[in-house]
Amino acid sequence: MATVTMLEAIRQALFEEMETDPSVVALGEDIGVYGGAFKVTEGLLAKFGRERVIDTPISETAIVGAACGMSYLGLRPVAEMQFIDFIACCFNQVTNFLAKSHYRWGAPVPVVLRGPSGGGVHGGPFHSANPEMYFVHTPGLKVVYPSTAYDAKGLLKSAIRDNNPVLFFEHKFLYRRIKEDIPADDYSVPLGKAAIRREGRDLTIISYAAMVHTSLEAAEKLAKEGIDAEVIDLRTLLPLDREAILKSVKKTNKLLIVHEDTRTGGIAGEIAAIVCEGAFEDLDGPILRVTALDTPVPYAPPLEERFLPNTEKVVAAAHELAKY
Amino acid sequence: MSRPLSHEQQLELYYYMQLNRQLEDRMVRLFRQNKIVGGLYSSLGQEAVSVGTAYALEKRDWLAPMIRNIGALLVKGFKPRDIFTQHMAKYTSPTFGKDGTSHFGDLKVRRTVSPISMLGDLIPVMTGVAMAGRYLGQNIVTLTWIGDGGSSTGAFHEGLNFAATQRAPFVLILENNQWAYSTPVSQQVPLKNLADRARAYGIASKSVDGNDVLAVYGATKEAVDDCRAGNGPVLIEVKTHRMKGHAQHDRAEYVPKAMFDHWKVRDPIALYEKYLTEHKIWDAREKSEIDARIDRELDEEQKFAEESPLPPPELAEGGVYCDGCHTIDADWRRPKEEVMPPKSSIEAVWAVKGFGGLESESKEEQEAEIPGSKVVAAGANGGKRPASPPAPKVQEKAVATMPPATGNGPDANEAAAPRVPFGRGPKDQSFVRETREARETRGGRGRGKGRRH
Repeated sequence: MATVTMLEAIRQALFEEMETDPSVVALGEDIGVYGGAFKVTEGLLAKFGRERVIDTPISETAIVGAACGMSYLGLRPVAEMQFIDFIACCFNQVTNFLAKSHYRWGAPVPVVLRGPSGGGVHGGPFHSANPEMYFVHTPGLKVVYPSTAYDAKGLLKSAIRDNNPVLFFEHKFLYRRIKEDIPADDYSVPLGKAAIRREGRDLTIISYAAMVHTSLEAAEKLAKEGIDAEVIDLRTLLPLDREAILKSVKKTNKLLIVHEDTRTGGIAGEIAAIVCEGAFEDLDGPILRVTALDTPVPYAPPLEERFLPNTEKVVAAAHELAKY
Repeated sequence: MSRPLSHEQQLELYYYMQLNRQLEDRMVRLFRQNKIVGGLYSSLGQEAVSVGTAYALEKRDWLAPMIRNIGALLVKGFKPRDIFTQHMAKYTSPTFGKDGTSHFGDLKVRRTVSPISMLGDLIPVMTGVAMAGRYLGQNIVTLTWIGDGGSSTGAFHEGLNFAATQRAPFVLILENNQWAYSTPVSQQVPLKNLADRARAYGIASKSVDGNDVLAVYGATKEAVDDCRAGNGPVLIEVKTHRMKGHAQHDRAEYVPKAMFDHWKVRDPIALYEKYLTEHKIWDAREKSEIDARIDRELDEEQKFAEESPLPPPELAEGGVYCDGCHTIDADWRRPKEEVMPPKSSIEAVWAVKGFGGLESESKEEQEAEIPGSKVVAAGANGGKRPASPPAPKVQEKAVATMPPATGNGPDANEAAAPRVPFGRGPKDQSFVRETREARETRGGRGRGKGRRH
């Protein structure tokens, strides 16, 4: 066991998968000599060489397209978006080429697209986004968004070993802020399975990524008031763990969904529909959501603070639910 | 120089071109009988491009067709029934009816990547296939096509630029058929020869007569051999003409009649027939034998397609993900140890050639190349990495220009105008209220009265 940051856990997953499987290669902007904008790939080039760690031009479409082509010959490329915001530049490749490949003509695409995402670091409108829902809406992709160092490593390993295109979101606010003891030996965390971060019986808070920590903080405050919240970490957004969602709601009868993504079209809406379809009779109150505002991510600290969900907003929504 | 084609090979070129044409001719009839489910795109007059280019590839090589490259699919070993059933959305088609037209492929045997409708995206993908082939030591070449119109997409640029920086064994055929749907090439690209696009990427290129199948084959063969030798990607412009509309519904009335007439006498199959006859490569008996064989084969293949069922509706639900239905196995043709530590480990530094200024390289620049950093991923394809082509000399001296001292500065009135946050203004009631309250708290001195925001 060793205490590592989430960033280090991701880095370990890359090193370990490349060490065990020569078909794993990495490509992206500034990932080689420089080691990546956040240093996630630091040391990778020195160890694995230029054939396996490829510094590319600033061409997201070429990066993702080439990764797809490589996968057709049996490689397992891991492509980095320097910031996940830039995935917008290769939207067509991701949604039309990679996502539809297996359905259309039976060609699996074992590609991982990973990159730093999320706000809270004053990155402004183009370095803070949470664009996961564009891709959750695209059949053929898998979308993973971990909240802990242990999960980040285990989920990335599963993503690399998966036969489908997996989008792997790494919340940059968490990169160096969370630390965890993780086992030294090889382990993986399955895709598509949610985790219960805190058991509770009064209400369910469903969240993912950085907002899991916000939700847990809120749950502790609520506990002092005698409200016992259960906190579910989705971990994978596509496929979504419907069972875990319904099971928890059937137990607590109240649901609050917290996400850092913007409100309209966020995954809260989808979860609400799942619960209405599968556990309507079990609900004792409305399904509430705490989300970011329906705006771009603003730059100035007070604006971004207003934009993002926080512990107080989660506690306030839980109080609202407690009235039922 | 490549070896000349054998007698059989020369006849085979005719066979594929004629098969391509007769197959499409039959599909036009099927279309009129409402037996083609979606659109039908014709490659009439462009058969020499599809057949001549694909014929230059070896079995181990990879291609990815565009919509008008049915001939290439036939050369690569797909059967006419694959084309018929794809267009008729039959369960027996390579995609089981999930996609149509030339949107299919085969990773295992025919080494063909399925296209998507968005143009240019195959270029980075086939660059990736080429890079993976080199990495695995397979010594393969990849090839795809792009139209004159598609050469204006961002994916074309990103893909070809990446292929060039990687020196990928990749051949791009720029199929200039003069029309992007209804828009003439002159409205899309301000170049006489589209092959000149290659200059922007520092790669080799040439323009050839796309209606001369031997010229197309020869140019492609040379490019494929060059790529295999490790000399980097090649762009070949083939000049041809689309003899029908964009698809069956389009009567192509925007094409001047004189232009059709000009190209009609350059029909690639008629030209090649003439060549074969004049050079006494075949006689009338051989020709009629091939024609009869094509008829016979197409009868059989068309019958198969017409009698095939449509897919069962429930098929729509499956196959979005690969949940173990495929195994991912790379075909390694080099020792894996070469790409594993410690053998793969290098000193991770850049080799910087020149400091990038306009002046010619100084002594310091020449000495700046960092030793131990020349490990490049080009050797695995069996070829040596050639020296980079010399950079073109730039004659002009840079002249620093300063903006004029007057004329562009903010004018005084503009500078004094209050800055209102976006989304707020006179129609925003809360803003009106806040402004009024602010005025009142200042004791009604009337500042900002009547000002419009």
